[in-house]
Amino acid sequence: MMLLDMAVSGFGDRTAVGAGETSLTYAELYRRAGVAAAHLQSDGVAHLAFVGANAPAFPVAVFAAAWAGIPVIPVNYRLGAAQVRELLDQHPDTLVVADETTRHALAGCGHPVVEAEQWLAMASAGEPAGEWPNDPEAIAVLLYTSGTTAAPKAAILRHRHLLSYVFGSVEFAGAAEDEAVLVTVPPYHVAGLANLVSNLFTGRRLVYLPAFSPEAWLATARSERVTHAMVVPTMLARIVDSLEGQDSAEVPSLRSLSYGGSRIAPSIVARALELFSTTDFVNAYGLTETSSTIAILGPEDHRAALASDDTAVSRRLGSAGRLIPGLEAEVRGPDGAVVAEGEPGELWVRGEQVSGEYLSHASPLDEQGWFPTRDRAWFDPEGYLFIEGRADDTIIRGGENIAPAEIEEVLVQHPSVGEVAVVGLPDEEWGQRIAAVVVPAEGHQVDPEELREWARARLRTSKTPDVIDVWAALPYTDTGKLLRRQVLADLATEPSA
Amino acid sequence: MQVKPGTQLRSAVSTVEVVVVRAPAADVELTCGGAPMVPLADEPPAADQLTADVEGPALGKRYADEEAGLELLCTKAGPGELACNGVALPVKGAKPLPSSD
Repeated sequence: MMLLDMAVSGFGDRTAVGAGETSLTYAELYRRAGVAAAHLQSDGVAHLAFVGANAPAFPVAVFAAAWAGIPVIPVNYRLGAAQVRELLDQHPDTLVVADETTRHALAGCGHPVVEAEQWLAMASAGEPAGEWPNDPEAIAVLLYTSGTTAAPKAAILRHRHLLSYVFGSVEFAGAAEDEAVLVTVPPYHVAGLANLVSNLFTGRRLVYLPAFSPEAWLATARSERVTHAMVVPTMLARIVDSLEGQDSAEVPSLRSLSYGGSRIAPSIVARALELFSTTDFVNAYGLTETSSTIAILGPEDHRAALASDDTAVSRRLGSAGRLIPGLEAEVRGPDGAVVAEGEPGELWVRGEQVSGEYLSHASPLDEQGWFPTRDRAWFDPEGYLFIEGRADDTIIRGGENIAPAEIEEVLVQHPSVGEVAVVGLPDEEWGQRIAAVVVPAEGHQVDPEELREWARARLRTSKTPDVIDVWAALPYTDTGKLLRRQVLADLATEPSA
Repeated sequence: MQVKPGTQLRSAVSTVEVVVVRAPAADVELTCGGAPMVPLADEPPAADQLTADVEGPALGKRYADEEAGLELLCTKAGPGELACNGVALPVKGAKPLPSSD
């Protein structure tokens, strides 16, 4: 609430979210948060779940919960009633704010549900609650992790983590009045939450596009004259694809485009840089447990990498950039000791914005407050961070550590390959053997032997896939992260080749 | 006093409130308008003891002693100069990170 309180004092009449009739100024958002908080308090609501796509109801929910001193729980709106029930049953006295599409699916989830329109009406009828609580230790949000490697866990972010993140990364009222950010990252993803609080603090208007398509994104970016945007890699890839054959995206208002959340092929970034030639690109790396961004590859880094002939510089296009100020990082080997400079290992981080606490799971923080990201990574001599992939996804074949990403990046460059996932299958001789699952590029057929030769020519023999399967599709989460454990499970149930 | 990032303080003599963004390991004497700052949880001063024309921190601006490793962010403006160990804290030049959100 401190953030919204300051925003109201600094620029209360600016539009905070939306456009036209449904828009809200900071002052209006503040008032609605206060009135809704009064209702939450008088109804004894202990948790506020938000199960819907991005809309003005979301910021009202986030701040009403903060004002009422209860956690907000953004939930994946594609989950059905049974799944939502299972999730929310861990949170007594929850009120669910749904939207038109989720409202009916949620009937029977076992908790009271109010639809966005009703929620906003509630937020306009009555008097605001008393002074908002200033308790940095209180839980602000419970966010469920993506669950790509293990089942989703409820990560705890307290107010102090979010405040630290915002105060450490953006300037108050730093946005000019004409600035607007196009948001297509869903509210249940940490980037969606971080996006809300940091743009709010800078005074940049939020423009929500709840249903993403490259066409809608481009059209909205142009019509709303957005100056900023944040996308996940699959969205950027789809935008780039949709502009095939053109030499400019034609969104002249776009000053800055940031992306992150999972891996992206450097070739897609390079192409995007050409299409949006006057736009600053920012790659952000972070986790739910670290209140989102902990490393940034900035606009100048992108340009330098694209222009350079020096591999040490050009390869940075595939890096996560440099750590943000105030964040500490260590790369540790399997024995827990810090590895030699430049060597890969597991990335551990520490800082005020790092939580590492879960509702129902033990915290993995060590005694000195270091958090294991479970990402395999290394730093170059200038401090640029390279993420190889999830440590759990590392394939160990004949004692050699192999990052799936390295093989995937080679395979995806073959013209017949649309998408690829590389995993390790158990092997009696080698410990693990390498399996690649390939989805053909449109209009192409994949020849597994030819593809293996392609890989062998570019990688060491030990990194050549032992087996290549061709599938029609790969499993992903809603925000485009590959579900490796699903790939492994599906491979395991296939009749052996 | 010992301060850490996230510590919230108020002026004992005006409406000024700040949050600590970066803190040195050592103890520091933080004052506003010459009087030691107190925890935010303390009762606010009965009335502004400083006249409005005494310059003080502006809302949202950062005041830092880079050498000491101290940075304060003003969460409520008011009169009274911010100082650390008796030395006035200058406004920190805005060098924003590129927007990642």
